[in-house]
Amino acid sequence: MSLLPRRIREFVIEKLIFLSGIASIVFVALIFVFLLREGVSVLKTTSLGGFLGGKFWYPISSPAKLGILPLILGSLLVTAGAVLIAVPLGIAAAFYIAEVAPKRWRTPLKSCVEILSAIPSVVLGFLGIMILVPFLRNVLNLPTGLTAFSGSLMLAFMALPTIITISEDAINAVPREYKEGALALGATHWQTLYRVVIHGALPGIIAAAMLGIGRVFGETMAVMMVTGNAAVIPHTLFEPVRTLTATIAAEMGEAAKGSPHYFALFAVGIVLFIISFVINLTADVLLNRGRKR
Amino acid sequence: MKNENRRQTLGFGVLLLATLFVVIPVTAIIILIITKGWGALSWEFLFSMPREGMRAGGILPAIIGTVYLVLTSILFALPIGVLAAIYLSEYAKDTPLTRIINLAIINLAGVSSVVFGLFGLSLFVVFLKFGVSIISGALTLGIMTLPVIITTTREALRSVPPSYREVSFSLGASRWQTVRHAVLPRALPGILTGAILSIGRVAGETAPILFTVAAFYLPKLPTGLSDQAMALPYHLYIITTQIPGIPETYRYGTAFVLIGFVLIMNITATVIRSKTRKKK
Repeated sequence: MSLLPRRIREFVIEKLIFLSGIASIVFVALIFVFLLREGVSVLKTTSLGGFLGGKFWYPISSPAKLGILPLILGSLLVTAGAVLIAVPLGIAAAFYIAEVAPKRWRTPLKSCVEILSAIPSVVLGFLGIMILVPFLRNVLNLPTGLTAFSGSLMLAFMALPTIITISEDAINAVPREYKEGALALGATHWQTLYRVVIHGALPGIIAAAMLGIGRVFGETMAVMMVTGNAAVIPHTLFEPVRTLTATIAAEMGEAAKGSPHYFALFAVGIVLFIISFVINLTADVLLNRGRKR
Repeated sequence: MKNENRRQTLGFGVLLLATLFVVIPVTAIIILIITKGWGALSWEFLFSMPREGMRAGGILPAIIGTVYLVLTSILFALPIGVLAAIYLSEYAKDTPLTRIINLAIINLAGVSSVVFGLFGLSLFVVFLKFGVSIISGALTLGIMTLPVIITTTREALRSVPPSYREVSFSLGASRWQTVRHAVLPRALPGILTGAILSIGRVAGETAPILFTVAAFYLPKLPTGLSDQAMALPYHLYIITTQIPGIPETYRYGTAFVLIGFVLIMNITATVIRSKTRKKK
């Protein structure tokens, strides 16, 4: 084959490689632009303060009331519950798998965590409805098991793989000399873990917790299926709530295109996008700092 | 010292307990779905149309719809993802652009799945006028799964020893020739692993297809990419929450088929990965 066609072929393929390289940037930008395109129109019917701080979400009454405060509080409540359960549990499990478990147990334990991360959220939501919700209703003697607490339990479970794998990486990345030094000074294995290793791994562990929070905040199907979907300001963990994500998923099908309701749901999407952006950015900074040290 | 030993035993006990809190429910879930779902499986369940408002008959259109979605989205995402990983691993230097690309990948991985659904609705369904169709949903799912493909492929490329590239360069090969003939063949199992993992993930996603593909009840098979379609995860959602009086076995059967598919993909990926690790 002559030299020229090869040159041209390589030129074309290298351009394609570059274009694919920047595709992620293009897609993130496209997501933001297309959310914005539909979402900003919400400001025609309500002010920014009225949208973010409004206490009533009655999207199909007339005039529609489009305040997402109950939804934000719903998301925050469910997330806070999930984080309180998942973060300590996940970090403890990561320490066990990385440092304490017998070597031959490590692979099966890790596969178990991998399987958990692979279970589709709709399947967990299904089991939540079939088993968790009736169980909680009976045990806690509630009028309904579809509560923020059910959502928190569900989401805690779903955030565990993220928290465990990233914490485990951070623990494994702690230089061996730190551990050896502590052990040589006569510290027990346990003292070494919680006085020395945990400090070295801390930025990574915080990043793991943040990414877990991000996962929980954005989770949609399971949380929609078990939280009862009442768009009112929640007072306790044991009543039905409605999250930001569930609102979009449950209502977009019925919102007429071009209605204030339709635009408001896109605006909720913008809020979710910005929150996940901030969380991921912070976690990335922490992970990079951990690596550089 | 005795005190310290006791503290260590206690501490390790707590860590073990936390681990059991993860392991036991996962095992229980898998066993439950297998035992309860197995009974529902039959020739009719897998290979016939739903009847009587989905209370009887089979789930064939949902299975076929999911197969369409998975294949189309991978055909779209795999080439872009692999080329992007080649760019990051073999071409890009440590510049601000590279840093921004990495940030974009991380953010793409973190965006809520329902936000992807909104994006797909607004770009593919409405703006590009693809309508509610398999192609709209597959493109949405494809973009969502890009980070998985890019990161696993990049890992695979980076695990190829630098000496392969050096030898190739020293023989006068160009950068692309080096990538094509010296690096890619070695990275192939890793790339395959990533592709299979993302197939499993795409098959189970519900939120992105809610407003882009999914048909509530459509007892016929799709004939092309511009058709609406049923899909397994959406079908499970509907028969669990929207229609009362569906037999329990029918629900568990659907969950079993879905999770079976996802787990087979995951196990295949794990087997490929461990085989190539042993070879090295």
